[in-house]
Amino acid sequence: MLYINCPHCGMRSQNEFSYGGDASVKRPELNKEVSDQEWDDFVYNRKSLRGKHLELWQHISGCRQWIKVERDTSTHEIFRTFKANEEVA
Amino acid sequence: MSQAFRIGYGGLVNRDKKLSFKFNGKSYFGYEGDTLASALLANGVHLVGRSFKYHRPRGFFGAGVDEPYAIVQLYRNGETEPNIKATEQELFEGLEAKSVNCWPSVNFDIGAINNFLKIFLPAGFYYKTFMWPKSFWYRIYEPFIRKAAGLGVVSTKHDNERYEHKYEYCDLLIAGSGPSGLSSAYAAAKNGASVILAEDKPRFGGSLLTSDVNIGNQSGKDWAEGIIAELKTMPNVVVKNRSQIFGYYDHNMLVMSEKVSDHLPKTKKYHPNKRLWYIRAKEVLISSGSIERPIVFGNNDTPGVMLSSAAKEYLKVYGVLVGKKPLVFTNNDSGYETAIEFKKHGVDPIVLDSRKNPKSEIIDEAKNLAINIKNSYVVVAAQGYKKVKRADIASISDDKKQLGKIESINCDCICVSGFWTPTIHLASQSGNKTKFKEEIDAFVPGVSKQNETTLGSANGVFSLDETLKTSFAAGSELSKKITKNDNNIAIPNVVEKKSSQHDKFWCVPLPKGKNYKRFLDFQNDVAVSDIEIALREGYRSIEHVKRYTTLGMATDQGKTSNLNGLQLVSEIENKVVPAVGHTTFRPPYTPVSIGAIVGREVGKHSKPTRKSPMHSWHEKNNAVFVDAGVWLRPRFYKRGNETLFEASKREAKNVRTNVGVCDVTTLGKIDVKGPDAAELLNRVYTNAWLKLPVGKARYGVMLREDGIVMDDGTTTRISENHYHMTTTTAQAANVLSHLEYYLQLVWPDLNVNVVSTTEQWAGAAIAGPKSRDLLQKLFPNLNVSNEGLPFMGYMEGDLFGVKARIFRISFSGELAYEVNVESDNGNFMWEKIMEVGEDFEIQPYGTEALSTLRIEMGHVAGSELDGRTIPYDNALEGLVSKKKDFIGKRSLLRSAFTAEDRQRIVGVVPLDKKTSIPEGSHLVKDAKAPLPNPKLGHISASCWSVEYDNPFSLAILKNGKNMIGEKLFAMSPLKNKVIPVEIVSSHYVDPKGERVRS
Repeated sequence: MLYINCPHCGMRSQNEFSYGGDASVKRPELNKEVSDQEWDDFVYNRKSLRGKHLELWQHISGCRQWIKVERDTSTHEIFRTFKANEEVA
Repeated sequence: MSQAFRIGYGGLVNRDKKLSFKFNGKSYFGYEGDTLASALLANGVHLVGRSFKYHRPRGFFGAGVDEPYAIVQLYRNGETEPNIKATEQELFEGLEAKSVNCWPSVNFDIGAINNFLKIFLPAGFYYKTFMWPKSFWYRIYEPFIRKAAGLGVVSTKHDNERYEHKYEYCDLLIAGSGPSGLSSAYAAAKNGASVILAEDKPRFGGSLLTSDVNIGNQSGKDWAEGIIAELKTMPNVVVKNRSQIFGYYDHNMLVMSEKVSDHLPKTKKYHPNKRLWYIRAKEVLISSGSIERPIVFGNNDTPGVMLSSAAKEYLKVYGVLVGKKPLVFTNNDSGYETAIEFKKHGVDPIVLDSRKNPKSEIIDEAKNLAINIKNSYVVVAAQGYKKVKRADIASISDDKKQLGKIESINCDCICVSGFWTPTIHLASQSGNKTKFKEEIDAFVPGVSKQNETTLGSANGVFSLDETLKTSFAAGSELSKKITKNDNNIAIPNVVEKKSSQHDKFWCVPLPKGKNYKRFLDFQNDVAVSDIEIALREGYRSIEHVKRYTTLGMATDQGKTSNLNGLQLVSEIENKVVPAVGHTTFRPPYTPVSIGAIVGREVGKHSKPTRKSPMHSWHEKNNAVFVDAGVWLRPRFYKRGNETLFEASKREAKNVRTNVGVCDVTTLGKIDVKGPDAAELLNRVYTNAWLKLPVGKARYGVMLREDGIVMDDGTTTRISENHYHMTTTTAQAANVLSHLEYYLQLVWPDLNVNVVSTTEQWAGAAIAGPKSRDLLQKLFPNLNVSNEGLPFMGYMEGDLFGVKARIFRISFSGELAYEVNVESDNGNFMWEKIMEVGEDFEIQPYGTEALSTLRIEMGHVAGSELDGRTIPYDNALEGLVSKKKDFIGKRSLLRSAFTAEDRQRIVGVVPLDKKTSIPEGSHLVKDAKAPLPNPKLGHISASCWSVEYDNPFSLAILKNGKNMIGEKLFAMSPLKNKVIPVEIVSSHYVDPKGERVRS
């Protein structure tokens, strides 16, 4: 079970969180003309990386905040975690 | 029955407490502190089971977790448990056990004929033999194999034992309480670290209980007892015996199974049978020791052949002689230690050492005791069927290829030692890439992957002096990092006998003209010849050889067989062992009860059960409940001998004619507050929300980004910046997360807060033509006329002194209201509604009537909003704004979603107006078309229309828009039904929606 550093609550076990997918995906702005390709990329197309992956988790049984987690998908190593509004350098 | 093989003194058992037990129906006695194995051996019982494939007689091979043979069916307190290792099961008064895998009895087993058919049962025989004809598999082969092979029998009864889970955190977790575990635990504890020390056996001390060493001027055993006693007094230390750490998972999470009650005749009240510990450790010290490995020789599975360390343990811990004419067969000094123990207890052993001229302090001691030692000698084959009677022995050449003349000597047990295999399972599970250590012919942990350190013989260190030094240092260093304390502890002086190099020898060649079975894997009956066949047939990868031959795949997971198997493969393949590699060590290290894994999450505890505040009223009024997500809801209120069908019809009809009341507390409720609340709703729902006035409710549909309907419900504007959102019962949690996702990540600029208020409000839906009259009587001071409280209106009121919210919304399609009060007042509200409603012939109605009412109105619910439908499919496209953008809108432009013949909700009526259509039935054009019959749609929900008194269903049908009036067939192969049907509008009752507005 992963051990995730919630930026709001500290180290918590994975069973307090729910996974939310790729954090690098940006929703196209509202009311903006979006091509089929752009929309498909936003809704469906994901890279399924092996290695370092920035992903979303929600601390659903804790502070209910969505957070960003930088994790290695093959080793499960977690490098850094960020608040929802933090830009990832 | 006398314990003929128990010596008169010594051992760690309590000789003052005699325990009686039964094995295969026969009564015996043992002592408190015995295992089932030691007690049986004390009684001279060696035959305990039959082997898996050949049904050969099997005895005891080890004395603990590594035991491959002595697997029994245990009977305890009216329950039975399969696959219990007799070497681990502690004796208790009245214990009963039986042999497995034999019929009719362990002494006379019909399956043993396989032993004579063995040339027909080579490696992979399942794959080769039972493939044709195909139809024979289910009828003949499989039942036969299931009966013939296989171990114990699982009870089909409900398990009344209780199992618990526990979560724990510590600085240092130490697996194993041998010399390395004790030293490191002690050093770390003295530095103030929080320590958990786990030992799988009942007694702490590991090898110190049986080895002849001296630590700090005490015997190893006394030193261990002193350390444990001190550790137990320290508040920062938890020591646990009977606790096996069986898995090393991600981020230093380890799982331990504690046997709380297995050693007792029955579990104490309020105690669990087992407790599973999930432990998150900052540092993990693996001091799991090592397991002696056998040397392979002919008939090496005969009862009486066992590990030399096991023989020593039975003698030193239990005071039991495994034989009175022992033969010790060794390639290293450990065999001598066992021989010396025999000799000290007045039994003369013979030692066969494969080495030519070994010299060490231990061997000198054996020589001084005048033990008969034969160098360059091996056991060629054990002789005897149900018990060793003789051994064929021979001298062996220096290159270990040529045997001398075979001699036969009498013996009643053969204690075998092929050196030691470090127990590296936990290190390997953590991700440590193990490396082969040439000096000990075994794998040891390599570079640590997680925060794990392996110590002592688990790390291939067999000198006690070195083990203590490194373990004290490791415990001290690792704890210092965490606690910043550095209490230097003096490392005690160690006196031990030096041993010499072991012989790189693991398998005795076959003598000319003999083809004895030489077993590698004792539990799965894998012999040297099976591996040879697998390699001849082209299997190369060790993982493939394992699966083809089943080497190491039994419940003991090859603890005694893996390395010898690797040696054999590497020898035949002419590779070195590290090039062959080992198979993956997967958790669990030992079998874990399913009960322990499940814990208390059984039955009603498998998920939370939520009950509305009116639950007890429902119970008192004969409600029959149904699981609705995590909630228990009344399905119907039974009167007399009514069936579900009759009751739900009565309740639904009463709503259509008088008034009914339904508990709608379970609906998800979310408070949406803030200046941008309207803007959020406008983006989340498909319809427009910016102009909803205060005191009005609106029905809304929300989509996922892929255009699929996520949920629906009404949201009411309570005040300027405060909205009350409702969701379906099932989607409540998802909708909240969905809103939080957009507010926190996508549109953080929106100034809105959302919070779940589902449990804060109790809700009652009052529906039916008489509902307004009832409402007026409940709230005499309010103007609830059609003008005062119009459809989709909202007001607050006082219900006999209780603050209430009144919404004029309807799911039943009738004139209806929903009243909410704070949860604590829910029951009060309900009772008032029932009391006042009596004048209007009110009846409570359950979810079944609720479904009937919504289905015949064509209102969609979860069975239509099934994660596959868009608004159009549910006839909700009128609610999709063309002007504004919202979540998922762009997806609605996808070509499949705009296709002319897109699926759509329709009503379905059977032509005979009698036959109910099973939900899930497929709609097809031609009932007789060849399979697979093209499916046009499916029945999503069915009811008995109380309005028209005939069956009615909703369906999602391809090109539904243009299908009204068509005749199709509803087919349910599961129910074996083909029903001719007519497609009608989904709005079966009151299609113009006049009643809700009346």
